[in-house]
Amino acid sequence: MIIDFFEILLNAGFWAATIRIACPLIFATLGELICERAGVLNLGIEGIMTAGAMVGWTAVYLGADLPTGILYAALVGALFGLLHANFTVHLGASQHVTGIGITLLASSLSYFAFRLILPSSTTPPKIEAFQPLQIPLLSDLPFFGPVLFQHTGFTYLAFLLVPLTMWLINKSPFGLAIKMAGENPMALEAQGINVLTIRTLAVMIGSAFMAIGGAYLTMSAFNAFYFGMINGRGWIAIALVIFASWKPKQALLGALLFAGLDAYQVRAQQLAGAFIPYQFFLMLPYVLSIFAMVIAAKKTRYPKALLIPFRRGERH
Amino acid sequence: MRLEARDHVPEWLTFLVPILAIFFSLFVAATLLIIADAPPLESFYYLIKGAFGSKNAIAETGARATPLILTGLAAGIAFRAKFWNIGAEGQLYAGAIAVTVVGTGAINLPSTLMIPFLFLVGALAGAVAILPSVILKQLFKVDEVVTTLLMNFIIILFVSFVLDGPLKDPMSMGWPQAASIVDSGVLPQIMERTRLHFGFIVAIVTALMIWFILGKTTFGFKIRAVGYNSSAAYHSGHSVIKTMILVACISGGLAGLAGVTETAGLKGYLTLDLSPGFGYTGIAVAMLAALNPIGIVFSAIFLATIYVGADSMSRAMNVPTYLADVVVAVTVLSVLISLVLTQYKFYFKSNSK
Repeated sequence: MIIDFFEILLNAGFWAATIRIACPLIFATLGELICERAGVLNLGIEGIMTAGAMVGWTAVYLGADLPTGILYAALVGALFGLLHANFTVHLGASQHVTGIGITLLASSLSYFAFRLILPSSTTPPKIEAFQPLQIPLLSDLPFFGPVLFQHTGFTYLAFLLVPLTMWLINKSPFGLAIKMAGENPMALEAQGINVLTIRTLAVMIGSAFMAIGGAYLTMSAFNAFYFGMINGRGWIAIALVIFASWKPKQALLGALLFAGLDAYQVRAQQLAGAFIPYQFFLMLPYVLSIFAMVIAAKKTRYPKALLIPFRRGERH
Repeated sequence: MRLEARDHVPEWLTFLVPILAIFFSLFVAATLLIIADAPPLESFYYLIKGAFGSKNAIAETGARATPLILTGLAAGIAFRAKFWNIGAEGQLYAGAIAVTVVGTGAINLPSTLMIPFLFLVGALAGAVAILPSVILKQLFKVDEVVTTLLMNFIIILFVSFVLDGPLKDPMSMGWPQAASIVDSGVLPQIMERTRLHFGFIVAIVTALMIWFILGKTTFGFKIRAVGYNSSAAYHSGHSVIKTMILVACISGGLAGLAGVTETAGLKGYLTLDLSPGFGYTGIAVAMLAALNPIGIVFSAIFLATIYVGADSMSRAMNVPTYLADVVVAVTVLSVLISLVLTQYKFYFKSNSK
């Protein structure tokens, strides 16, 4: 019995699943991270992911090719980001309430539009989604082949986004401006750079990432759109940002760790399901997210200007 | 365009806010109706008819408003203290589990005692459900937004577990539902042969009580002080932590009451679809009322009208029911924007400084 629980770790399927489950979380966590680095908490994440999932899927269902589907999802995400930024950055409205409002709006609009396009379908139709890539030689490797080299292009995109975001945040001048907007907006303004513009752009880019994360679910994982399919992944991403101390590399680590535990949970459920009700396994991701925030709480250093609206010429 | 802060927001302007917000959300709804190929005016007619067109419709609207008043109060009181409780959905279910545990046969008292007892138990359970988030916030400074949100998922999975096991009604023929609340605990109808029950009155009385506490007691003043500026409240000698914990528990308790009205009033037993998101809609209710307890009663009735009306409208006009959720979301955002805008005067020409 104990051996069985250990054997899960030797199973290539488990590791491959870990990588797949991590993908939407990577997109979403990096997206939230960029927003918060600029000083804006984006609680619209859950709804924006729903919108991304719906739009990406629908675009492909209605005849667009897969990359175009991702593009549409990103565009819709950026639009919701723009709405969020107009409220929170330009008018200084509460970031908490705005975010919840955006989540309600984005998800209800997505469901409304989905029902309009597909009035009644008991079994959601599937699309011709991203297929696993066959990489010569590498895909055929024992163990490492199925774990690392039999994924879809969308999966590799998620992992590619990590170094890209690291470069954006840590090396690019735009990233420096984002960080200053979140730490010391007065100093940024003193440099002659418009804080509001930087924050708006950051929220738009971040929201586009979130939407792509949602699209991953409908275009590379489930290949169909379900109601309530985001299932708290957005909120988990917010916890992961804190766990990662607002650093992209640690965000990747957090997402992988989290996905690993989730993948393990599903398999352990099959072994222990007889004596532990399955609901407790399903609770694990949420419990772990809370736990992760507690662990991170001690070393956490929030971006100094997070949640604080900036107004030109006003001191804080 | 330039904004300048107002020193004082005139009364008529604060009154205008919710009205403008409602008109704007109806305008968005009309746009969506046109997209959905349904004539807006005819659709609105069906919506009003569905919500108020008959005795049954009115009762249904009142029954739907009941939990929304309570979750609206839950969000309202917490948001006043800037404690972001987004977990009313979970706290509602906690209240529902608790009344199921004590109310399905374990305890049986005469109605006059049983019903108050169930409300007390439900409120306590709601307060207990918010405690982990409060404790984590006070001890480790863990953001309560995320913990209350995540607790919703945890508690709903727990409901699924109890309905599969310990609280499953053996007579339910396999459906995941609990046994019925004992007769003495069932909230009586207040309109004959309809689903409008005593919970509606409880909700309104609760709103009056919260209005009194917030407006007329020192505790109400402390809540506002904490919400306005917690460090100033601290320096003026208020025990900020104590106030915060108490506010959170009251907020959770109010959401727990909604669990009681739904279990013992509307349905009669606990199921997994007891609440179609009343906890989240409560945030919209509170926002539309600008967190005012009396206003919350009216905004809950308004949003209940939208939901109940949209049900029959969508049947008549073949429009997705999700339209109601869009209206609710737009309402939240337009109230928010108008609240912010009333704080400022506008200058459309930028005058030089």
